[in-house]
Amino acid sequence: MALSDDSSWMTAAHSMGTTIIGVEYADGVVLGADSRTTTGIYVANRASDKISKLTDNVYICRSGSAADTQVISDYVRYLLHQHTIVLGEQATVKAAAKLVREIAYSNKSFLEAGMIVGGWDKHEKGSIFGVPIGGTLLRVPFTIGGSGSTYIFGFLDQAWRPGMSKQEAQDLVVKAVSLAMARDGGSGGVVRTVTISSAGVTRDYFSHDRLPKWHEDIPAGVSTALEALENANGEWMVV
Amino acid sequence: MEHTIEAFKREESLGARHSGAAAASDGKIHIERTQYPYVTGSSVLGIKYKDGILLAADMAASYGSTKRYKSFQRLKPVGKHAVIGASGEMSDFQQISTMLDELTLRDQMWDDSNTLGPHEIHSYLNRIMYQRRNKFDPLWNNIILGGVKNGKKYLGVVSMIGVHFEDDHVATGFGQHLARPELRKQWRADMTLEEGVRLLEKCLLVLYYRDRSSINKYQIAKVTEEGVTISSPFAIETNWELEAFQNPTKNAEGSW
Repeated sequence: MALSDDSSWMTAAHSMGTTIIGVEYADGVVLGADSRTTTGIYVANRASDKISKLTDNVYICRSGSAADTQVISDYVRYLLHQHTIVLGEQATVKAAAKLVREIAYSNKSFLEAGMIVGGWDKHEKGSIFGVPIGGTLLRVPFTIGGSGSTYIFGFLDQAWRPGMSKQEAQDLVVKAVSLAMARDGGSGGVVRTVTISSAGVTRDYFSHDRLPKWHEDIPAGVSTALEALENANGEWMVV
Repeated sequence: MEHTIEAFKREESLGARHSGAAAASDGKIHIERTQYPYVTGSSVLGIKYKDGILLAADMAASYGSTKRYKSFQRLKPVGKHAVIGASGEMSDFQQISTMLDELTLRDQMWDDSNTLGPHEIHSYLNRIMYQRRNKFDPLWNNIILGGVKNGKKYLGVVSMIGVHFEDDHVATGFGQHLARPELRKQWRADMTLEEGVRLLEKCLLVLYYRDRSSINKYQIAKVTEEGVTISSPFAIETNWELEAFQNPTKNAEGSW
């Protein structure tokens, strides 16, 4: 289907194809996401930030419709702000997750939103909640979401262990998202992570070139096109 | 009776994912609403035995064909005398669980030493499911409810459209096709706990072999006059060592 034949890409809703992940480690949580937002087949934003702050101690990873998840997180941010004032102390991750769930569930026929809520509070320490499409709520030690997640279920089944250190958890998250990006057209760009613990929140940015290379990836900048032409070895791909 | 998505197809109006209202050719707004199940649980089984009720379900919540969550509890105690198990959309099951918790809490707050029995809970569930069906906005679940109160055993089903009935052994989903025949053959009213559990395990095994959305990780719930117990997760031994499995296409290359 040539671009010129089908103009749906100009009018399609912004979807975040996406790979998102949330992982509990010994002292907190690590949330990770890719940075690609698509309109049909066009990449509308190649450097999106899909991990949004709900409160100082709770963040949300968004996948599905960009508009839907933005509105949901705006509502929940507003509600949590008021809740914090009334409560007189930091909101819990569970409270945030339950608010997300309420909106997702009661508007299920209007929304296309799969989200991961993660953070740290003094009661449960680090916790991760999955809120998939439909509005189910589940607390889990780790979870993945978005179109890219299908490619890494196997990887996580094998690589995840309980009680990881912060470095191990971050490495796992970056590896998982970059593996998904390697195969999913809906995911790409850079990897953003947010690490939340009692010590506070750190945002990390893993530029495209810093990501590990996988099967059939080749490094950029090693030879220019001209050099590659000069070094042509005359081999054709033979079946 | 299971309901497929096709049976509830709704019309998509142009460019909108809105359900609720669609403009028809006569210009009037026709309210059409339905749902698609997203995160779903598979079969639930239930049997009466000598001392009470046994329910069984696996711990999978699937996302289409992906076995997405593998520690999902689909059996839940309701008050002191009953247990429910649900298949279908799990977010609706969570909603129903919350409603039942509220029901039993309010009942307890009367503080009149009276408790809701399984029959009453069944009635309440049935009303909810049927009235949502009337609005064309069902809670997409098939629910088994089992309980014991004052020596009387109860085991019943409520479906997403409000079909409800009681029986000595019940099942939802694939269990209706694969487990019920076995239960019809082997069930007896005076089964001991061991016999009942073994019979359920036999049915769960068949479901594991033949239901693509099942996993080998289960819970069993027991209800007796004493109360409700839900087991920790367990797995059943499977057999893949049949001689016929070794080289099935030896004499018929290319077949399966």
